[in-house]
Amino acid sequence: MNRDTELFWWPARVLHWLMAAMVLAMLFVGVGMVASVSARHSWLLALHKPLGAAILVLAVLRLALRLWRAPPPLPADLPALQRLAAQASHWLLYALMLALPLVGWAMLSAGGYPVMLSESLRLPAIAPFDAGWFAALRGLHRVLAYALFGLILLHAAAALYHGLIRRDGVLRSMLWRRRAAPTKQDST
Amino acid sequence: MSSPTPPPDSTDRPRRPPFPLARWALIAAAVTGVAAAFGYVGGWLDPHRLTSQALVDRLQVNGGAHPGYRRNHAKGVCVTGYFDSNGQAARYSKAALFAPGRTPLVGRFAIPGGNPHAPDFGVPIRSLALRLTQADGQQWRTGMNSMPVFPVATPQAFYEQLAAGRPDPATGKPDPAKQAAFFAAHPETAAFRAWAKNHKPSASYATETYYGLNAFYFVDTAGTRHAVRWRVAADNGPEGVAPTPPPEDYLDGELGRRLAQGPLRWRLLVTLGQAGDPTADATRTWPQDRPEIDAGSVVLERSEPQAQGACRDINFDPLILPAGIAGSDDPLLPARSSAYAESYRRRTAEQAGGSAAVHAQEPRR
Repeated sequence: MNRDTELFWWPARVLHWLMAAMVLAMLFVGVGMVASVSARHSWLLALHKPLGAAILVLAVLRLALRLWRAPPPLPADLPALQRLAAQASHWLLYALMLALPLVGWAMLSAGGYPVMLSESLRLPAIAPFDAGWFAALRGLHRVLAYALFGLILLHAAAALYHGLIRRDGVLRSMLWRRRAAPTKQDST
Repeated sequence: MSSPTPPPDSTDRPRRPPFPLARWALIAAAVTGVAAAFGYVGGWLDPHRLTSQALVDRLQVNGGAHPGYRRNHAKGVCVTGYFDSNGQAARYSKAALFAPGRTPLVGRFAIPGGNPHAPDFGVPIRSLALRLTQADGQQWRTGMNSMPVFPVATPQAFYEQLAAGRPDPATGKPDPAKQAAFFAAHPETAAFRAWAKNHKPSASYATETYYGLNAFYFVDTAGTRHAVRWRVAADNGPEGVAPTPPPEDYLDGELGRRLAQGPLRWRLLVTLGQAGDPTADATRTWPQDRPEIDAGSVVLERSEPQAQGACRDINFDPLILPAGIAGSDDPLLPARSSAYAESYRRRTAEQAGGSAAVHAQEPRR
């Protein structure tokens, strides 16, 4: 049996940690820029849009990889409720990583803003210029962002629970270096 | 790895890790730490920081509750027309709209303050905001005022000015003592006060000159940045005289009567700054002898009431700029951008919420 089936395959691990950094940065950028009235507002806003577009592209790629190759199985002794929570939260994370950039893009379209990823690179509008649409999408963007942040905290807490309390190999499956597998020699 | 595959080790895994309490504490600390950092960045854990929400809250207090309207410059009228570039500015800015030719625009004349039913002649200031849309979809949005300088140079000072201008519940007017104290503490307001003292409220939107107030940069095709300030200078004949006493709502009708006679024109004049000219201080003008470019004409053809006009749902954020124009280090610019976005968020939500009071006096679109 190939030991690597206990690890996520390497493209999934690379994408996971890259996107973890990007998504967390994105959430902090977003919450910071809407409050800030200083020069930070401008450069955070200029960062928020291309970063969001990059997350959207990577999230699509990641979803495709996830559907193509199944992740390592959860420990057989994981209680059913935790198993359900793990699976539901993972799919919800995928949904939010895809939805937030799309809602943001549609929201700017509905507000009549040019969706500029750089000084001169503009994305087309994907929603009609309409204040009602803007209001709904702007509210949704905020709610979904808080939901994603909350879910990431739960996800991180659960990962640490697996790594520190249960010590069942779930956290390790997303890391690079595996400790030597505990063997019978230790107990004999 | 020649040893045989060990059996699943889950049953051998110790159920109780060493120092379980410390492990739980570590998890709790990690999650709480990230959540607290998020709260700090968002401003919730730092109530004294000036945020866009705090600025707009104060505008809202001063202007009163008018759901669906802009939180400042609430009373206004929509206009449409075009910018007719003569190509003179193209040497300094690569923006497509400065190449010779026409760029369509939507604009808005307004008077300052958060009350959409304020009397036109209660304040000496008029404003003109424009949104020009290039063929490539890039936009230039600018919000200009009829005074050459802004009263204050920083968002913090503006925030304090709003507190000093808060209407006294007893009189409905700002407390003169508080305003005097504010101006005394802010000598940078002197240029604005001198202007306001000598400037009668204009009887026409069409005869005012509107100043961009903040400095910007034009960026040419070689990437060189040129510090600039712009204004649009009226070319529409004499001001005319308003009836006495002046009616509360005069300017919209006066504008409509002029437009019925034909388009109205302004010249877009761009002043080129020199090394040492302040770009981060909207309270100071640049020396009179600075070179000036006549970039072309802003031509307005039609006006519409704002409730159903094309300008209603536009946020005239002065940092929405095409390639070829860039913001300066003026601290008012990002504050305007951020506060306008917050005002736009609130008023569009109120409109969508179907608040009965929204634009109640005017037909909805």
